[in-house]
Amino acid sequence: MPFARWLLPLAAIGALALAAACGGDDDPGGLILATTTSTYDSGLLDELVPRFEARTGIRVKVIAVGTGAALRMAGEGNADAVLVHAPEAEAPYVERGDLVSGRLVMTNDFVIVGPPGDPASAASAPDLPAALAAIAAGGRFVSRGDDSGTHAKELALWAAAGIDPASLSREETGQGMGATLNVASERRAYTLTDRATYLALRGVLDLAVLVEGDARLRNVYHAYVVNPDRHEGIAAAQAEAFVAFLLEPETQALIGRFRAGEFGQSLFTPAAAATAGGG
Amino acid sequence: MDAIGEGLLEALRLIGGGDGQLYGIAGRSLLVSGSATALAMLVGVPLGYLLGRARFPARTLILAAVGTGMGMPPVVAGLVIWLLLVRSGPFGGFELIYTKQAMIIAQFLIAVPLVVAFTAASIQALPARLPDLLATLGAGRLRTLWLLAREARLGLLAAVMAGFGAVVSEVGASMAVGGNLAGDTRVLTTAIVTETSRADTERAIAYGLVLLAMAFAIVAVLTIVQQRGGR
Repeated sequence: MPFARWLLPLAAIGALALAAACGGDDDPGGLILATTTSTYDSGLLDELVPRFEARTGIRVKVIAVGTGAALRMAGEGNADAVLVHAPEAEAPYVERGDLVSGRLVMTNDFVIVGPPGDPASAASAPDLPAALAAIAAGGRFVSRGDDSGTHAKELALWAAAGIDPASLSREETGQGMGATLNVASERRAYTLTDRATYLALRGVLDLAVLVEGDARLRNVYHAYVVNPDRHEGIAAAQAEAFVAFLLEPETQALIGRFRAGEFGQSLFTPAAAATAGGG
Repeated sequence: MDAIGEGLLEALRLIGGGDGQLYGIAGRSLLVSGSATALAMLVGVPLGYLLGRARFPARTLILAAVGTGMGMPPVVAGLVIWLLLVRSGPFGGFELIYTKQAMIIAQFLIAVPLVVAFTAASIQALPARLPDLLATLGAGRLRTLWLLAREARLGLLAAVMAGFGAVVSEVGASMAVGGNLAGDTRVLTTAIVTETSRADTERAIAYGLVLLAMAFAIVAVLTIVQQRGGR
């Protein structure tokens, strides 16, 4: 009868599929890169990683999480390399020796975006703390609230401006930058974003850049290798190769050009090249 | 309104235009969720049969636990498997984290309670003396089991559909243990999350349509088998 005739092939197909799935994946020459959602959602790593893989044969598993989660993965030896953007949060991991070979890879900047009408008049404030105070007084703010580099930056900015975030009309999404920008757009609220993600999503958002250019809004990306002396099974050689690849003049030039034509400005500024005097 | 209309149109273009990326991702969904469902049947049907037939003290408690498992959010299953398979975890040495196998394991964990519960219920719905009757009529042990399975096929195929439907549509566990790696562990659901956060709505809708079409095709085939020869 039909039933038995169907069950056996079904099980056989399943077993075969599992065997097939198990076959192709053993790749000793691989590394796990824990990174931020901003580098991933902008598409930058989709551009860089295949070049690295094609040249070296080393497979890169890019895990896009918040900077906090990426650092924690590194601290527990669950990643081989990290590309992150929260220097204050990175420092304890460097001091403890979990992260080594730290290199500045690129920079861009954070901007404060909000409803184009700017109901809180943040854009006309004389400086960054005043702009934040204006938003605190007359606007709604949407926070990442996900322990990411952007979230850490936001909290540091409130603290520097002497404003208690708990006193604000402030909501936390607990999600990535793209999702948070969407929430801010729909709720006519202000938010802090890296410029790259904002530019990439600008077309679908009803948000304008209102505060930018302050030195305190600089966003720096560092790459690290997880210390193989502190954790078992770290693919240190592969991770070192990947960090070296990020710093190569050719890669740095690629970072500077990345989607620049599309937006009329570059999303990331190569930093290794800048310190080496251009190129 | 406009965005939805344009999204649907672009989605159909992607599907019709033989977009390699889309077919690759859809095939992976089918492979991972199909394997997980098949394994869940292999383990879950015998367990469900035992729970449906046998009478022992802890039986009700186990049935309640299975029922609870049916309601377990996939992301919790994903978190548990992640903690077990991650490099610093107890099974980290197998290097299974961020692979399709890890996804199959997590989805297996999600599907098993469904398969067990559906099987137990369908076996229990059969007349209690049916096995004895079949034995009296001269059926051997294996033949008895087979005849019982045939009688319970409505429930057993419902178990396949419930299990497959649950795992092919879940996103939390696949994201956590698979890592959503492009071309490797990215399946339809995690691809939808990625394209949504990248504001590529057309692609997200296309993936959503393919997911629905795939689920429908499989459930339709199973339903035809289930209903054929039914009374």
